[in-house]
Amino acid sequence: MKKLMTRLAMSLAGAAFAFAGTALAGDYPDRPVGVAVSYGAGGATDFQARIVTMVAGNEDMLGQPIYIVNKPGAGGRVGWNWFSTEAETDGYMMSAYNVPHFIAQSIKGGVKYSADSFEPIANWGADPAVVIVGKDSKFNTIQEMIDFAKANPGKVTLSGAGLFVGHHIAALQIQKETGAKFAYIPTKGGGAAAMKAVIAGDVLGGINNLSDAFRAREAGNIKILAVADLERNAEFLPDVPTLMEAGYNVDNSSVNFRGLMVRKGTPQEVIDKLAAKVPEMFAHKRVAKRMKAGGSPVKVMSRAEVQTMWAERQAFLADLLKGL
Amino acid sequence: MEFLGYFGGVFEPVSLLLLIGGTIGGLILGATPGLSPTMAVALLIPFTFHLAPAQGLILLGAAYTSTVAGGAVSAILLKIPGAPANIATALDGNEMARQGHGARALHLSFLSSGVGGVIGVLLLIFLTPMLAQWALAFGPSHLFWLAILGVTVIGSLDSKSFVKGLLSGCIGLWLSMIGFDDIYGAQRFIFTDALTGGIHIIAALIGIFAIPQVLEMFSKGRDGRAIQTIAVPDHSLKDSFREILGSGRALTIGTVVGSIVGLIPGVGGQIAGLVAYDQAKKFSPHKDKFGTGHPEGVIAAEAANNAMVGPSLVPLLTLSIPGSPTAAVLLGGLLIHGIFPGTDLFERNPEVAWTFINSMLIGQVLMVVFGIYTAVWAAKIARAPIPIMASAVLVLAVFGSYSVQQSMGDVTIMISLGVAMFFLEKFGFSAAPLVLGLILGPIAEANFNQGTLIAAAQDGPMVYFFTGPLNLLLILLVVLSVGYSFWSNMLHAPGSAKLEPAE
Repeated sequence: MKKLMTRLAMSLAGAAFAFAGTALAGDYPDRPVGVAVSYGAGGATDFQARIVTMVAGNEDMLGQPIYIVNKPGAGGRVGWNWFSTEAETDGYMMSAYNVPHFIAQSIKGGVKYSADSFEPIANWGADPAVVIVGKDSKFNTIQEMIDFAKANPGKVTLSGAGLFVGHHIAALQIQKETGAKFAYIPTKGGGAAAMKAVIAGDVLGGINNLSDAFRAREAGNIKILAVADLERNAEFLPDVPTLMEAGYNVDNSSVNFRGLMVRKGTPQEVIDKLAAKVPEMFAHKRVAKRMKAGGSPVKVMSRAEVQTMWAERQAFLADLLKGL
Repeated sequence: MEFLGYFGGVFEPVSLLLLIGGTIGGLILGATPGLSPTMAVALLIPFTFHLAPAQGLILLGAAYTSTVAGGAVSAILLKIPGAPANIATALDGNEMARQGHGARALHLSFLSSGVGGVIGVLLLIFLTPMLAQWALAFGPSHLFWLAILGVTVIGSLDSKSFVKGLLSGCIGLWLSMIGFDDIYGAQRFIFTDALTGGIHIIAALIGIFAIPQVLEMFSKGRDGRAIQTIAVPDHSLKDSFREILGSGRALTIGTVVGSIVGLIPGVGGQIAGLVAYDQAKKFSPHKDKFGTGHPEGVIAAEAANNAMVGPSLVPLLTLSIPGSPTAAVLLGGLLIHGIFPGTDLFERNPEVAWTFINSMLIGQVLMVVFGIYTAVWAAKIARAPIPIMASAVLVLAVFGSYSVQQSMGDVTIMISLGVAMFFLEKFGFSAAPLVLGLILGPIAEANFNQGTLIAAAQDGPMVYFFTGPLNLLLILLVVLSVGYSFWSNMLHAPGSAKLEPAE
């Protein structure tokens, strides 16, 4: 028995040395890497995170598999609070980010993080917000809806996934640009519940994700009036105009960007290694095939591009949300 | 009858193996506290990457079916419901086990699960287009009234005293308000980080049901008093079959309630078992026996929670709207194979859609077979000495509450609620009404808030909440349910009615 204990102690000491060695980041990563997702298992962020990290274990990628840890709650606040204060900074725990969600939340306050708490690694996806109505709606174009809303302030009910997520930002932008007044209805069950409200006729219209709206239109349940992006989506919705084309100066600030980040304080060489390898991993052809099959729009962006995008969103949202 | 042509796909060697593996695995996962059906299905999705679409779905469907039923094992033997769906099963099931009828309770629970489950899937096969319209009919105002209807059940559920039942329910409703409000963004009662996201139902469930029992076992062990052990003697399967056939009323009530509740998006399986249990009690000539180890309680609850499985997929398969968290995970599993659910799913991908549904039908049967087999193993486990049993339950409770969101905060919440419940039980409060309050609170609140926002844009809340046939029907049911509780309270316990005139 004593012998066993000694051996156990020795192997534990060995393991401790091994961990100490990784802190030097020379051969990072030498064990599996975690990704914290701030939404529940099965949600769009979780589902996509699992796909884009599936080739991490390949020798020419990280050489170590990536596992997903779900930390859902309060629209992502629980997970990002945890990540910004408690996660290790050795590069063995990354987190998925959702922009504009976490930046808007940090501007509104009540959370422990801001864009400065994190270091972006790379972006994998961009899901624009679209304006939708039920299949039998009297609105056939975005102009009709906005004109009606101007004539009847507060009478157009629009469902969306929650407060200060991309959907809400898009609604605020359209209101600010046109002077129309909507009744924005946040739902508790995320984008799916907001979609159900539109299909069932509980609300007059809604703002939802392009990917989900595309599927709902394929199934014959809704009409898509406009997309809140700089260009039309050639792959999924070539026939739907952007808000810009329709004559409203609403840009792509509400696009839901998804990607990976680490906590501030992570060694620079670890960040550099991840920033070099992770975009390659996102662009892998097996990943692309799965993402396309799931109707999830891919947009791979490097660390530098994401840094610029975060800074732009920070400035824009601080202005938009002022006084709300 | 189109589906009959696709049974071949289910019986291919690989598919059948997956079906059997998924069923056994699902039973084990379901019996582990903390691993809910949603988690089990989410854990399996990466495995389906390497399978053909139909085979992947067979695995997911089998796991969904059997985790729901597997939760009954821990509910009956340990009084820890594996998932919210199994709360009602614990009420009478655990009492039966204590009285030495553990094997009988397990047999009945799996047989009624099978009957409810098969009927649920048949509804999915034959009535899908009609049911889809019904599922869409429920807007925020109707879901609000439905939740209120659930609240009226609270007082009469598993409680000696109507007042104490209602008080437990109120505590649950209050606990459900903790955390971040999704509609207005308000922060309520958040004193520590762990409460930002509110109280997770699984952590609460484990704490409230398991911890008081563990404390009880330890305290009795210290006294050296006689400890009631759970023996699971063999029970004749033939008798169980005969009993099921003789319990038509409970079985029917369970199946009907489960199918209807399962259809409604956003309410789902969490309350199917509890509502069915309550209805079975109200319609039974032996009302007093409920809560004391009455088989009808187990039968109604388990028939309901498996009958829910088939109809809960209707909004998903026809409208691409996931009606429950588990359905949302299944949607992910479909999309990853490039299959978009929608009205034309059965025309575009008939072999995938029908093979999936057929496998759930066969899965129900396999679930009964393997489930009954667990009764044999359960007997061996239940023979463990009390100190080991108590420790094992404690370990499972900590593991289960941690694993839901990998959070030690949940473990703290679980233990705190558990210890509080231990003392509440000493004063005659019971766990089931409290948990029902915790489940119904968010449904009632979110839909009320949404409803008032929508009403403000229309003709005001009075019109929105109090007109329309479905609203009026639900309000009528609420009034009837409250009236019935009053009436039966006065009738059955004149003494206690005099003591408690207030409500």
